[in-house]
Amino acid sequence: MLIYAIKRLGVAFLVALAVSLVTFTLLRLSGDPAAAMAGEGATQEDIEYVRTHYGFDQPIPVQYYNWLTNAVRGDLGISIYLKTPVADVIFSRAPTTMTLGLCALTFALILAIPLGVLAAMYPNTMLDRVALTTAVIGQALPSFFFGLILIIIFGVWLRWLPISGHASWLNFIMPSIALGYYATPAIMRLTRAGMMDVLSSDYIRTARAKGLRPRTVLFKHALRNAVIPVVSLSAVQLGFMLGGSIVIETIFSLNGLGSLAWQSIQRSDFEIMQGIVLSIASFYIILTFLADMLNAFLDPRIRVH
Amino acid sequence: MSKTTVTDDQIPSAEKIIATSPLYLLLNRSVRHFGMTIGGGVLLVIFLMAIFAPYLAPHDPYDFDLANKYISPVWAANGSWEHILGTDGQGRDYLSRIIFGAQVSLLIGFAAMLISGVIGTALGVAAGYFGGRVDMVITFLITTRLAMPVILVALAVVALVGSSMWIVIWVLGLLIWDRFAVVMRSTTQQVRNMDYVASAQALGCSTARIIMSEIMPNIVNALIVVATLEVAHAVLLEAALSFLGLGVQPPTPSWGLMISEGKGMMFFKPWVIAIPGTALFMLVLCINLLGDGIRDVTAPENRN
Amino acid sequence: MSDQVLNVEKLYVDIPVSEGILHAVDGISLHVNRGETLCIVGESGCGKSLTSLAIMDLLPKKAVRKVNSLELCGESILECTEQEMSDIRGNRMGMIFQEPMTSLNPSFTVENQMVETLSRHRGVTGQEASNLAVQMLERVGIEPATQRLRQYPHQLSGGLRQRVMIAMTLLCNPELIIADEPTTALDVTIQAQILRLLRELQSDFKMGLMLITHDMGVVASVADRVAVMYAGQVVEEGPVLEIFDNPTHPYTRGLMRCIPIPGKIDRTKPLGTIPGMVPSLVGEFSRCRFDGRWESGASGSSVKTTSLAPLQGKNRSFSVDESPKHFVHFCCDDCLHKSGHQIGEDLAQ
Repeated sequence: MLIYAIKRLGVAFLVALAVSLVTFTLLRLSGDPAAAMAGEGATQEDIEYVRTHYGFDQPIPVQYYNWLTNAVRGDLGISIYLKTPVADVIFSRAPTTMTLGLCALTFALILAIPLGVLAAMYPNTMLDRVALTTAVIGQALPSFFFGLILIIIFGVWLRWLPISGHASWLNFIMPSIALGYYATPAIMRLTRAGMMDVLSSDYIRTARAKGLRPRTVLFKHALRNAVIPVVSLSAVQLGFMLGGSIVIETIFSLNGLGSLAWQSIQRSDFEIMQGIVLSIASFYIILTFLADMLNAFLDPRIRVH
Repeated sequence: MSKTTVTDDQIPSAEKIIATSPLYLLLNRSVRHFGMTIGGGVLLVIFLMAIFAPYLAPHDPYDFDLANKYISPVWAANGSWEHILGTDGQGRDYLSRIIFGAQVSLLIGFAAMLISGVIGTALGVAAGYFGGRVDMVITFLITTRLAMPVILVALAVVALVGSSMWIVIWVLGLLIWDRFAVVMRSTTQQVRNMDYVASAQALGCSTARIIMSEIMPNIVNALIVVATLEVAHAVLLEAALSFLGLGVQPPTPSWGLMISEGKGMMFFKPWVIAIPGTALFMLVLCINLLGDGIRDVTAPENRN
Repeated sequence: MSDQVLNVEKLYVDIPVSEGILHAVDGISLHVNRGETLCIVGESGCGKSLTSLAIMDLLPKKAVRKVNSLELCGESILECTEQEMSDIRGNRMGMIFQEPMTSLNPSFTVENQMVETLSRHRGVTGQEASNLAVQMLERVGIEPATQRLRQYPHQLSGGLRQRVMIAMTLLCNPELIIADEPTTALDVTIQAQILRLLRELQSDFKMGLMLITHDMGVVASVADRVAVMYAGQVVEEGPVLEIFDNPTHPYTRGLMRCIPIPGKIDRTKPLGTIPGMVPSLVGEFSRCRFDGRWESGASGSSVKTTSLAPLQGKNRSFSVDESPKHFVHFCCDDCLHKSGHQIGEDLAQ
């Protein structure tokens, strides 16, 4: 188990490194940070000055090396536009996005797991169709469009929920639903498929042959084995939702990483964009690592050699 | 030793032989698959709409008329048949823009799918077939790619390079190959362990030949399914990028862009976002239904 | 008839499939006496496993069970609710399955899975339950039991897992144990050990054992009585010696020809086979179930014939050589005549 964890951690670290390298290179090749930094209406001399002053004239590998050695020490550079350290800005915005992501995942799990389980228990019934329809719609509904519909219905027509800002937990309801619904189909399908598999397995037949009560068979013997793959998927989905929060945050005016990313893109604020991509990627990497560990813990076949 | 006598009723009739041919069974299952029929049917209509857009659109989608902006669609009290789906904030005919918007969505969806399909399939098949170190490196690439938030990276790159339809296509194509790679890798691994692959190797067939004539035919079903679902994925991503103002640029009619442009009026005239939103939803829904249908119909476990 | 642990009369299992209705089990009647081993033999697809699942009421959802009478120790369990049935399962009748590798839940320890049976049926928990589990593991020959108790199924070999399964089934001292091919998935040496164990436990615990197998060798070594199943029906039933001595139904004879008995068979000739395949059980039978499966020359004068006495009230069922316990059943008049047996006068119509 320990060896597995260390190995897995090593891979996670390498992935983080690769992501930072790819992102750094991609952004440096896509645009000219010096021009962006000097601002509109800057003369060629101003741009050249910025270029040499901030080291943008050096080869990309050198720039990357400098950036990386700083990043390891927690210094992600200074925001070109805000003139404050990138790490500080990201840390101040991250809680909103994390809250949104976790609420969205909770919503997705609350909707998807019971639906998936019921669909697996009663395949080809009305219930199964309802679950399938929920999934098919969730896959096809663009989250920004769904978010706008929610705003119109619950925010404007019914006036039940606030449509923007992050003053109270009520503000998180609609964004969480809009973001979480997108993750629902995958989780539901996996729960259904896993549950179908498990329910037709030999050990469930054994459990029934032992005369165990249906709820013991379902909750103890079936569900536990069926949710093991759902754990990894949830981590992956949470990572995707954090990345996708940019759309939802701009719609609901939530002041998280997503809207920060959008503003930074508008302002060509390289350093912040880099920092956000890296922090969301790191978060994803940590999540999948934790999910693997949890998986190993839940499945004795991995835990006990 | 024991002689076998064949009685008449043991010889199947011609109808029965036809009824059990693989193609017939496939078609039969396809027609009976409700979702696939509906999805495929509506998708075909959208396709034809996109191809014949110039002949079908009642107006020029770029023709603005500021005197006639936000005309309601025909079903509203003050709607007219002149503009069946109304007009947008610049007085452009909404129906025409929706019809031309289908071109944009489908073109970007397919082109991005083709690019990502080539990359993902090549990586996936290589990883699945060669295994070992190759597999390790490619799996690492896939993991790295999955860790990068697609929308953020796409937005950043598009914002820096400047946005045009082709840039959107290339950026999406280069970003969404992960599912192709993951599925092709595992499918190839399964096929690779089959005896017919081993026997082809024993016969001394070249690697290229084995991959093309033994592996590919057996993973093509899975490939088609992923390809379909990836078109839907790309269409959704394009819409999101355009919605954020960094995808297809105005005045090109893109459904995502139309939602973005209508956002300001949505509280007063909800149809401004509801119409392009529904179009987008329908397109993605139909592609997904078709993809799910193909998977159900060609899934080996359904074969008897 | 209180010494009958199990009595089944006219059991049917129908499964709807796309081509029609599959009559998987077609009106079979069986009984198991206390302390007796009944072996059910037959080839794959003859309905042996479904029969056992039907008795436990564990059939797959789409399978439909019809049965005239189903009695456990003289009490009918036909009208039991699912709740009452679950009180009986694992308590008064237990089942051992074919696949020891997958029949135990991989996520829980042996202890957990054994204790839950005890707490469900006996209300015993904690240390007391663990102690009982250890005793039972020792009883089935698992050493050191306390250590094995804390292990997960994947840490045990196939033979050990099957022993755990047996121990688990015996925990509540059931009156009937149904074992569905318990040794098929095991190595030959382990097979013999497990069979010996089952046989031993069965006489110790004085329970009825219904053992399902396709292996005539297994039958010869453990059975008291044998029921031969073919195409959803019991075609021959009787004490093991009478069946082996005097197989009467052509199918039983076919099975006997397939057993290699050292010294008794001609090594220069190929081992016997039964030609053809099990007929499809979908829809109604238009012709004999045994059509195309006669060994060439089987229906001639060369075959030993037996005198059959018809049984009252049962169509084409006969007692063999006036034995009170040996019965044979033919699916149609055609194969009855073809088998060439002498039929007692009572049948004369």
